[in-house]
Amino acid sequence: MDNNELNLPGYEIPDDMKNTVAITSLDRLYNWGRRSSVWPLMFGLACCAIEMIAAQASRYDLARFGMEVMRPTPRQADLMIVSGTVTKKMVPAIVRLYNQMPEPKYVMAMGACASSGGPFKEGYNVVAGIDKFLPVDIYVPGCPPTPQALMNGLIMLQKKIDKESISKVRWYRKGADTVEVPVPILGPDLIDVRRIPDIKSKVAELSNPPAQREA
Amino acid sequence: MTTPASVSTVDLAARFPGIVSADSRPGYSGWIINADKLIEVATAIRDEFGYDLLSSVTGVDYPADGKMEVVYHAFKTTGGSIFVFKVQMPRDDPVVSSLVPVWKGAELQEREAWDLLGIKFTNHPDLRRILMWEGFEGHPLRKDWKEPFYEEELKPFKSRWPDGKHTIAEAKNPFRDNVQFPVGFDPEKYTFEDPEQALYTSLRKYQSEDKDGIKTDHILVNMGPQHPSTHGVFRAVVMLDGEDIVSLKPVMGYLHRNHEKIGERNTFLQNMPYTDRLDYFNSMSNNFGYALAVEKLMGIQVAERADYIRVIMAELTRIQNHLIWAGMMLNDLGAMYTPALYAFEERELILDIFEATAGSRMMCNYFRFGGVARDMTEDALRKTRELVHDRLPGKVDEMDRLLTDNEVLVSRLKGMGYLSAEDAINTSMTGPMLRASGVPYDIRRADPYSVYDRFEFDVVSRPEGDMYARYLVRIEEMRQSLKILEQALKQIPAGPILSGKPQYQVKIQPGEAYGRVEAPKGELGYYIVSNGKPNPYRYHVRAPSFINLTSLEMLCVGEKIADFVAILGAVDIVLGELDR
Repeated sequence: MDNNELNLPGYEIPDDMKNTVAITSLDRLYNWGRRSSVWPLMFGLACCAIEMIAAQASRYDLARFGMEVMRPTPRQADLMIVSGTVTKKMVPAIVRLYNQMPEPKYVMAMGACASSGGPFKEGYNVVAGIDKFLPVDIYVPGCPPTPQALMNGLIMLQKKIDKESISKVRWYRKGADTVEVPVPILGPDLIDVRRIPDIKSKVAELSNPPAQREA
Repeated sequence: MTTPASVSTVDLAARFPGIVSADSRPGYSGWIINADKLIEVATAIRDEFGYDLLSSVTGVDYPADGKMEVVYHAFKTTGGSIFVFKVQMPRDDPVVSSLVPVWKGAELQEREAWDLLGIKFTNHPDLRRILMWEGFEGHPLRKDWKEPFYEEELKPFKSRWPDGKHTIAEAKNPFRDNVQFPVGFDPEKYTFEDPEQALYTSLRKYQSEDKDGIKTDHILVNMGPQHPSTHGVFRAVVMLDGEDIVSLKPVMGYLHRNHEKIGERNTFLQNMPYTDRLDYFNSMSNNFGYALAVEKLMGIQVAERADYIRVIMAELTRIQNHLIWAGMMLNDLGAMYTPALYAFEERELILDIFEATAGSRMMCNYFRFGGVARDMTEDALRKTRELVHDRLPGKVDEMDRLLTDNEVLVSRLKGMGYLSAEDAINTSMTGPMLRASGVPYDIRRADPYSVYDRFEFDVVSRPEGDMYARYLVRIEEMRQSLKILEQALKQIPAGPILSGKPQYQVKIQPGEAYGRVEAPKGELGYYIVSNGKPNPYRYHVRAPSFINLTSLEMLCVGEKIADFVAILGAVDIVLGELDR
């Protein structure tokens, strides 16, 4: 095993002890362990999911990054790859899945639809990007992104993990930093629970236009 | 070329005087039936005239005439051209009797027409919303219904950078999001009616009974929308007695991306890349059907070389679809990954050809009206020849050798998920599902389009009607596709790849057209109505994945829950097309 990545720069290790001894910080050890075994949630939404499967298959082989273990249950997954168009009907389920994932957890918006709604943004059943509900770590552009693009996104995620510190990540912080996202409700249209007061005032405003109130 | 839809030897008006009249609007064809006599006439169409396969049911909204129209497309499983009949209703109260008693295949499609257009079908066994959720406000495909991000009626839109300032859709919506709420809506007082309740009550009533003095009860199992074996975000609600399935309802719409509403705003050519994303495994076949439908409306011929390229692309698509299907099927049976990885290896090689020719691996956007977008280079042709002659036949044989006699596969598939030929026709099954039930119905032969009449190939069918037959049909179809490819690669002529000039805006006469192809999953049809504007007035996709699920309950009842995954896998669904 090559532990060059684990070793803190500046500490010379004798040649005969290389690959057996490493001098490093707790943060670096922790990040090194996590970045090398990111387990994605086996969760395909649309077209992008096919490219995600292709990235798993022999030509691209995600196993090289320690990411081949797709978990069908959110309880064992670290990374949610939102691979496709997020619809209003589906988003309560996605939010629930995210809430069920244990920390540390990451979200990748794969493709144009998951990032912004993409070509289907104008659709009445489409959520214009999963970032309206979940905190997204990595956006991968493309429609669909090629497996190469997806892998680039995953390498970017590894770099992001490398920069984290146990004392600063939000899930180990004290206090009411909740990572749970309230599940939206399917009413006459999609109701984002966090925005209920806002929606209420806007509906009231639209129901009684100012011109009528004056009269 | 295909015969125009208007050619029909049946004179329905003479058989039903006063009830049926010919559709005389310019560009339209078929028959208009009095709404109250629909069942009687439809039964005659099926039994007397022999149009036994109801292919597509959809609605069109004509607010200018104050009418709603339901359009039915029927075919004979012995082959031949289309038979169109319609029913017109007043727009403010669109009610028509359901055709489910005549063709069970109308069930899901009528639910869709209710959901998106608000047409009520009386005597429908289970008329609920299907793509949207119960409680959603409005019927989106009505012409006067506007989506929250509505900008203008028709594309191309005006500049999104007026005066050099960029605007986004969110800025124009009062809620700053893709939502809209009815007047007087109060989210705090909103009583949350469980949209699931109607679904659960729609399941067949099941009486618990005493078995040997032990009282048994049923269990409800929800599979999906997040489930590794539902091929995407499909969901099924299954009622179980022990391990046996006693009732089942498919739930869909989790990937409803509003293709049809967006398609009515787009110009004709702008819809082409959207068709890619219907059945995202087979973008070339999707392009094919749409191009055929629009070419019918335009009345143009396709350049000969382009026709051959189209066939080559469509057949390569079919091979990779069936290969992946076999791999995924084995995944569903529990042989995780190995067969699927074999399949993906070949698929990559086929995608390389797509990438070299169309510029994209999956979303090819390759067909144009009258031809294709780019020529196939000599290099790509050579690569295709190598693949078709040297590699793929051996790989198909290898798949066959590995799997066909495999004991696990045989014991899991043989005799399971039986569907008789009568039921398959009655529930509007098409594609390998229909052929595995002993009906040799392949549109490439039954109603040849493009240049398929020039090739020698067999229509594969098996009489057994079980899952093993579905597997064998697909394996054999790959061989037939290779046969077509060999001939097409030999015969492909030189010449232009587009019959006219390349153009962004096509001129289309008012009228309607139904273009259909034998997609790998079944009959893929596009029903397009034009009113002479640069945008389609109505754009409907007859999706095989969607309609093939009509018989899902029939296939599953009586089987074990563990086999449900395999039965669903054998239908071969893709969610992008299912939910559209």
